[in-house]
Amino acid sequence: MPLRWLLAVGLLAAVVLVAFASGKFPVAPGELWRAVAARLTGAESGLPAAVETVVWSIRLPRVAAGLLVGAALAAAGATYQGMFRNPLVSPDILGVSAGAGLGAVAAIYLGLPIVAVQALAFVGGLLAVGVVLAVAGLVRRHDPVLVLVLAGVAVGALLGAGISLVKILADPMAQLPTITFWLLGGLNAVTAADLLATAPALLAGLVPMALLRWRINLLGLPDEEALALGVAVGRLRLVLVAAATLATAAAVSLTGIIGWVGLVVPHVARLLVGPEFSRLLPASLLLGGGFLVATDTLARTVAPIEVPLGILTALVGAPFFLFLLARPGRQE
Amino acid sequence: MSAVLQVQALSIGHGRRCVAQGLAFALAPGEVLCLLGANGCGKTTLLRTLLGLLPPLAGEVRCSGQSVAAWHRAAFARHVGYVPQAHAGLFPFTVEDVVLMGRAARVGRFSAPGAADRQVARHCLEMLGIAHLRASSYTAISGGERQLALIARALAQEPALLVMDEPTASLDFGNQIRVLEHIERLRAGGMAVLMTTHQPEHALRVADRIALLGGGRLVAIGTPRATATPAALAALYGVSEGAVAASLSPFLHRMTA
Repeated sequence: MPLRWLLAVGLLAAVVLVAFASGKFPVAPGELWRAVAARLTGAESGLPAAVETVVWSIRLPRVAAGLLVGAALAAAGATYQGMFRNPLVSPDILGVSAGAGLGAVAAIYLGLPIVAVQALAFVGGLLAVGVVLAVAGLVRRHDPVLVLVLAGVAVGALLGAGISLVKILADPMAQLPTITFWLLGGLNAVTAADLLATAPALLAGLVPMALLRWRINLLGLPDEEALALGVAVGRLRLVLVAAATLATAAAVSLTGIIGWVGLVVPHVARLLVGPEFSRLLPASLLLGGGFLVATDTLARTVAPIEVPLGILTALVGAPFFLFLLARPGRQE
Repeated sequence: MSAVLQVQALSIGHGRRCVAQGLAFALAPGEVLCLLGANGCGKTTLLRTLLGLLPPLAGEVRCSGQSVAAWHRAAFARHVGYVPQAHAGLFPFTVEDVVLMGRAARVGRFSAPGAADRQVARHCLEMLGIAHLRASSYTAISGGERQLALIARALAQEPALLVMDEPTASLDFGNQIRVLEHIERLRAGGMAVLMTTHQPEHALRVADRIALLGGGRLVAIGTPRATATPAALAALYGVSEGAVAASLSPFLHRMTA
């Protein structure tokens, strides 16, 4: 088992290296090594300034954002799937992505600065999940798990209509391209400052999930069984919903809506290490980060113009998901 | 000997709907109490109330002298183990992972079960004779094996009282016997067991006392021979005494011999 983890970490390191080296401005492995070594020792690298800029100001924030956002979306997806006992749900289920999306496009429409776009996306995501949880809390007659999911779908649809309305109102020349590109999701606009501003929220979401990872298993049991095993089911679920939603909202506010990662990566992780969350969560973090960095590397090298990341993740994610559904002998 | 479980003037039900009332009985360590009753008589409601999953409408359930309502959830889980009816799980956890979940009330909030917990889980698996299934997927094993795994999970809680909801339901003949043998072994180890069953012959075999639940009250409680008489069972299930005697005769023969 430890060998498999070493292999996974090694693979992730390779993906990161390739991501640093490739792009419009290729950086040779030797140059990359010298740049890193110079940073570590504090000496002069002797590299052209352009290489330094590409490595530290362009590729580093981009790769770091890919790792963090991919890990956050995958961990949030795995957590939602575990606690809703539904392998087909994703971070979008609570309307977080749609809420964050509406917040962001509203800010773009109002011509607010980038910081406000992020803040509103964040607030929108949290508000959306707040409304979903409130609606689910009011409806007590039905299966609470199902009510939460359906409330999320309904609120998500409403927020999606709001996004469409803003797109209709937006200036088709100045604003609409920005809004559309942002909604497709991508790592291209991430700066080091954005990353530093969002990282605390991302980590604040990831840490509780990581700490409580074994307990997420217990939420997969029927509530009464988990209660009989001594688990404070309601409180645990609330904490984890809040953590997963915070991570998702922070991710969306940083990079726009990147779909499929939160749905597909936990499935692949489950195929590799099984459903036990002590192993599934770290596997999802590693795979999610690696998947997004690799996809982003493809997005900026595969064509003369950069392909929005959301298109590529959908291209990879949707067929894979259909394959999962169609695969005979599926155990989930 | 002090009672592991004590029920006084208990009314059970959902919301305003009372299912049964005036329930009173106690359970001592090393005692097996079987609960018999027709479908819908409130057996499951009673179990849920005893486990603190449903508030009593009136009266009180005491566990080792303390009201169930006052127990902290985790502390209660270290005291009372619950064996639900076997169901197919959703995710393919290994049998060992399922049994380790029984340690939830004994590991720290932010930690996973450690080596000592694994030891306990393995011991429980061995006790039930399913150690070879340790690494098997819970979703891939048979219904009987699942039931044994759920008993192992409850034992991993290291409880003083085991509450079992129809532990022999939907098991084949061999697995029914196996489960009953395990219950007898647990009793010998000092475990108190409260179980519901639809098969009076199982109750006659393992129970120290039998309780009959019907018509919204405890019809009778006492030794198997005195309580589960053909006449009492006939009245409980609404069939003729002759039919009960005919289907139970081999057992009653042995009981009265």
